[in-house]
Amino acid sequence: MRLSLPTARADELREQPSGVQPWLLCLGGICWREFLRFLMQRGRFFAALVRPLVWLMIFAAGFRSVLGVSIQPPYETYILYEVYIMPGLCGMILLFSGMQGSLSMVYDQEMGSMRVLLVSPLPRWYLLGCKLVAIVLVACLQVYVFLGIGWLADIRPPAIGYLTVFPALMLAGLMLGALGLLLSSFIRQLENFAGVMNFIIFPMFFASSALYPLWRMQESSLLLYRVSAANPFTHAVELIRFALYGQVEPSALAYTCLWTAGFLIVAMYGYNPARGFMARTGKGT
Amino acid sequence: MSARPAGAEVDALVVEGVSFAYGRGRRALDEVSFRVPAGSFTALLGPNGAGKTTLMSLVTRLFHSRGGSITVSGFDLRRASRAALAAMGVVFQRLTLDLDLSVQQNLRYAASLQGLPSRRAEARIAEELERLGVADRSRALVRTLSGGLRRRVELARALLHQPRLLVLDEPTVGLDIDSRRAIVEHVHRLCRERDLAVLWTTHLIDEVWPDAQLVILADGRVRAVGRSEAIQAQSRCANLADAYKQLTTVAKA
Repeated sequence: MRLSLPTARADELREQPSGVQPWLLCLGGICWREFLRFLMQRGRFFAALVRPLVWLMIFAAGFRSVLGVSIQPPYETYILYEVYIMPGLCGMILLFSGMQGSLSMVYDQEMGSMRVLLVSPLPRWYLLGCKLVAIVLVACLQVYVFLGIGWLADIRPPAIGYLTVFPALMLAGLMLGALGLLLSSFIRQLENFAGVMNFIIFPMFFASSALYPLWRMQESSLLLYRVSAANPFTHAVELIRFALYGQVEPSALAYTCLWTAGFLIVAMYGYNPARGFMARTGKGT
Repeated sequence: MSARPAGAEVDALVVEGVSFAYGRGRRALDEVSFRVPAGSFTALLGPNGAGKTTLMSLVTRLFHSRGGSITVSGFDLRRASRAALAAMGVVFQRLTLDLDLSVQQNLRYAASLQGLPSRRAEARIAEELERLGVADRSRALVRTLSGGLRRRVELARALLHQPRLLVLDEPTVGLDIDSRRAIVEHVHRLCRERDLAVLWTTHLIDEVWPDAQLVILADGRVRAVGRSEAIQAQSRCANLADAYKQLTTVAKA
């Protein structure tokens, strides 16, 4: 026997939130979950922190005497090599977590929770965008811990820089996350992280201004210089570098915005969970 | 069809002429059509590989179908997807709870995805957990719960936003006999008491109660639709098990 209660239904409908509220609640919920999961997986957090620290403590210390960096904006004096590679290593944290995060949106263990996410009534592009923002926020948290360790090691940008770097980190992180999502959606070979490391992360990181100023590269190889100058990661690193000193580098900002918009649009368009599903069940091979 | 048609008895789910293929391979679904009337219990029965999970992925908008249409509570899933999804609650085949988060944290996350304001979300979470007898475990980590309890939490999660249609994709996989029976009974009760339409996917005939409406799927096609007696009569079999066997093996031949 069925009971229909028209008044109760009317109340329910009235209670349904409208306007921007559900959108904000959804964004808040996704970020909150990502943060909780981050707190629960401390192992992943330490692993993500050890990588740039190894670079900072060992690589930079070793190369400090070999690679002198002359005065160039945004730096006002001669700087130590450690100071130079700091923004690049911040970019490295974003690069790794962005790739890892967005890869998991297509493949492996996050697949189940992506299904839960995608049955939310909000549009898919918005849900994916929220997920990317959440991944980047957690990555920014890691960057700040890294900057804190740098501060202890006497790598100290001006105080205002810690504030102004935040929007730069968010934008750079979104660009890299969107790129990861785009790659994993379109390239079937990128199902495991090792492949991404070899073919995407390392080339992107090394052919950029993260480890050495571009003008130095120009002296040794013009081709490499051109590749590096076009590399989206270079723009992201330069954006972070200037922001860390309270400055805006207009062309880095413009290019990062353009790359982010481009990657986001293509990634949203190409996101197809059926692909990860095929890979898992062995269908479609 | 973007507005809800007038009249109370709109079918909870209408699947019409839906086809789907993975890549360029064989069709996983071929012109599948059936309906789930409002407040009814419909079992989608089919052997492994029949296309049940693919169909579920289409109904829950995970995949997009090119051919055919899917309508939830009168709302087209493609053109009015927001209203269609808001009218549907889903329990997936695999466990999709975060094991390292508590029951309450998992449910709060789900409520935020549905856009429920926090006060209302808390009230709904408490209500559903109470009803499912999990209220005392609300602060426990999901990892510490048994398989049966985890399923109940997922059921509570699917009902938070008070959907008109509940979709369950083989919800008893991996459960022991007692938990299985408990879940089957619970969902039947929900269906009766709350005027909730249920689409229950399974390959196990003993999960189908005599009064359920059946859709038998094999090899990507609908083989039979109707009440169990009607299907038995149609295939001239003494019981449902034989009818099911006959319908699904004919498909393979």
